[in-house]
Amino acid sequence: MAVLQIREAINQAIAEEMERDPGVFIMGEEVAQYNGAYKVTQGLWKRFGDKRVIDTPITEAGFAGIGIGAAMTGIGIRPIVEMMTWNFAILAFDQIMNHAAKARYMSAGQFKMPIVFRGPNGPAHMLGAQHSQALESMVAHVPGLIVMTPSTPYDAKGMLKAAIRDDNPVIFMESELMYGIKGEVPDEEYLIPIGKGDIKREGTDVTIIAWTKMVAVALKAAEELEKEGISAEVIDPRTLRPLDEEMILTSVRKTNRCVIVEDSWPYASVGTEIAHRIHTKAFDDLDAPVEKINSADVPMPYAENLEHEALPSPAKVVAAVKKVLYR
Amino acid sequence: MKEEKKKSHKPRWADLDLSNEKLIKMYKDMLMIRRFEERSAQEYGKGKIGGFCHLYIGQEATGVGAIAALRENDDFIYTAYRDHGLALARGMDAKGCMAELFGKVTGVSKGIGGSMHFYDLSKGFMGGWGIVGGHPPLAAGSAFATKYQGRDSVTICFMGEASTNQGVFHETLNMAQLWKLPVIFICENNGYGMGTAISRAMAGEHLFEKAAGYEMARGAVNGMDVIEMYREMSIAIDRARTESLPTFLEARTYRFRGHSMSDPGQYRTKEELEEYKKRDPIETFAKELIAEGILTEAEIEAFDEAIKTEVDEAVQFADASPQPPLEMLHENVYA
Ligand SMILES: Cc1ncc(C[n+]2csc(CCOP(=O)(O)OP(=O)(O)O)c2C)c(N)n1
Ligand SMILES: [Mg+2]
Repeated sequence: MAVLQIREAINQAIAEEMERDPGVFIMGEEVAQYNGAYKVTQGLWKRFGDKRVIDTPITEAGFAGIGIGAAMTGIGIRPIVEMMTWNFAILAFDQIMNHAAKARYMSAGQFKMPIVFRGPNGPAHMLGAQHSQALESMVAHVPGLIVMTPSTPYDAKGMLKAAIRDDNPVIFMESELMYGIKGEVPDEEYLIPIGKGDIKREGTDVTIIAWTKMVAVALKAAEELEKEGISAEVIDPRTLRPLDEEMILTSVRKTNRCVIVEDSWPYASVGTEIAHRIHTKAFDDLDAPVEKINSADVPMPYAENLEHEALPSPAKVVAAVKKVLYR
Repeated sequence: MKEEKKKSHKPRWADLDLSNEKLIKMYKDMLMIRRFEERSAQEYGKGKIGGFCHLYIGQEATGVGAIAALRENDDFIYTAYRDHGLALARGMDAKGCMAELFGKVTGVSKGIGGSMHFYDLSKGFMGGWGIVGGHPPLAAGSAFATKYQGRDSVTICFMGEASTNQGVFHETLNMAQLWKLPVIFICENNGYGMGTAISRAMAGEHLFEKAAGYEMARGAVNGMDVIEMYREMSIAIDRARTESLPTFLEARTYRFRGHSMSDPGQYRTKEELEEYKKRDPIETFAKELIAEGILTEAEIEAFDEAIKTEVDEAVQFADASPQPPLEMLHENVYA
């Protein structure tokens, strides 16, 4: 097994799928000659050339739509559209929500939509309000879209390969701060199915649910809790829509307590939906209401101290766990 | 013969309302931006400044020439994230600007905004926006508002050339012309949007002709020349103020540094960069002011010293200032 950074794992997934299927191509701002704003597409332009690794103008709505149009022709094109960050993909939300998400349904199944929109999501470090948004709830809200949020190199590679091969529009959300994180990735091919979660750490006293960057925060909290004799199970849904409800409910039925950690805003978040499902489907198994830790309900400030205050932290998760444990 | 020629010689700005005092101020403003930005880069390297930091070095003449042609208080300025230089050119204090970069409560946006989000409503400095192509309609909206209220203010909107590929740019130009809004779009064509040369991102060769589709007054200007910027802006501002008509001005300029602090700049050649540095807008203007007998070498030297001191003081002020108090986190989300 090789040890790869997340950016390298994503790069491998793209390269392997491009190798395997000539209809797969990637486009986005700076993906070709610059090798990607975050170096995710390093070397792809050299290897696959202008036709398949395409630098776009800064025109998110336009190239998202061109990707959608190319995908729905049904003649074997599977675009990967890189969004430099999801903050900028907001310009393309009309294309993604009004067009990609609905074409199949409105045409009574005539159109397939084999397209992946991918890029970093969520606050990074001191980038200010317009560049620090976790937007998974906005896309997860929309029927017709699949939303995937990997947290390890292994997951990122297997999930992205599954996303590229899927016939639905997939929103694939990464994180700038995680691209350098390393982990083992098998040499042989593997896919991680859409909608399949993963237990990142087993435990018995409380379930902590987290994805992308927040998995590390949850694991750190679990370490702290262990010192106090509390055994936390950390689970990562990996796909936010459709949700691995089975895994979530099984874990909560075992631990009877749950804390959800997300760096999106609290209002109408994915965590809100997860909490609702737990409350309605595992009500009798719960010993406490589900708690949620989010970023502060404000646009992200620039100042380092305020940003730190706004973000979820292991300490905040520990406190929430103690609350559901009535400690 | 020679003597006679000297006597009849007039500087090329003789036809403009530029006093020596004003010319000197324009020079100092450009120098202030240069020194402020150089220092910002250093402080960024020391970790005093976080996030993205887009320097204005090389483009000083564009901003200073344009802003010098505005009225001081009741005109409005919009720009993107490369905003430090324009804020300084508008007379915003170096201390408040540096403190903003340091994320301190004494900053122009109280440390909440950061490098990309400088604002000062009292000076009509409307910022400081981070989404490429996001702010031009806001500038048109500002022009809409002043026209609506019967004021003769104008709004100027700086934007990078790459932002003209966004759809909303075209929507904005259309409405600005359709509704005769007193707004001037100053497209700072520095040749690159991040690592992408304009020729790889834009169909067609003549950027300013994008405005032709809307039959808007348009043209290109040498953005490395503060006098030419001033001249063209004066014409455009007059058109906006007296006829309530928009203008699209392509200012041809160049950024001497990377796109932001993390950009090694491998997409352009050293030769290209050196070529442009020979046209350094500050050095060329200094030479001209000396040749015209408006400034001496010694005076220029003294200005530089004074400005460096001012920037030093700004850094000391920023460093000594407190971070915003934690209560501020939840302030100003709503009115
Ligand atoms: C909508 C959007 N897409 C992408 C980005 C990332 N980005 C920031 S600046 C930039 C290049 C813009 O170039 P240009 O408009 O020419 O301005 P310059 O930086 O040269 O001043 C890019 C791609 C962004 N901020 N917003
Ligand atoms: Mg540019």
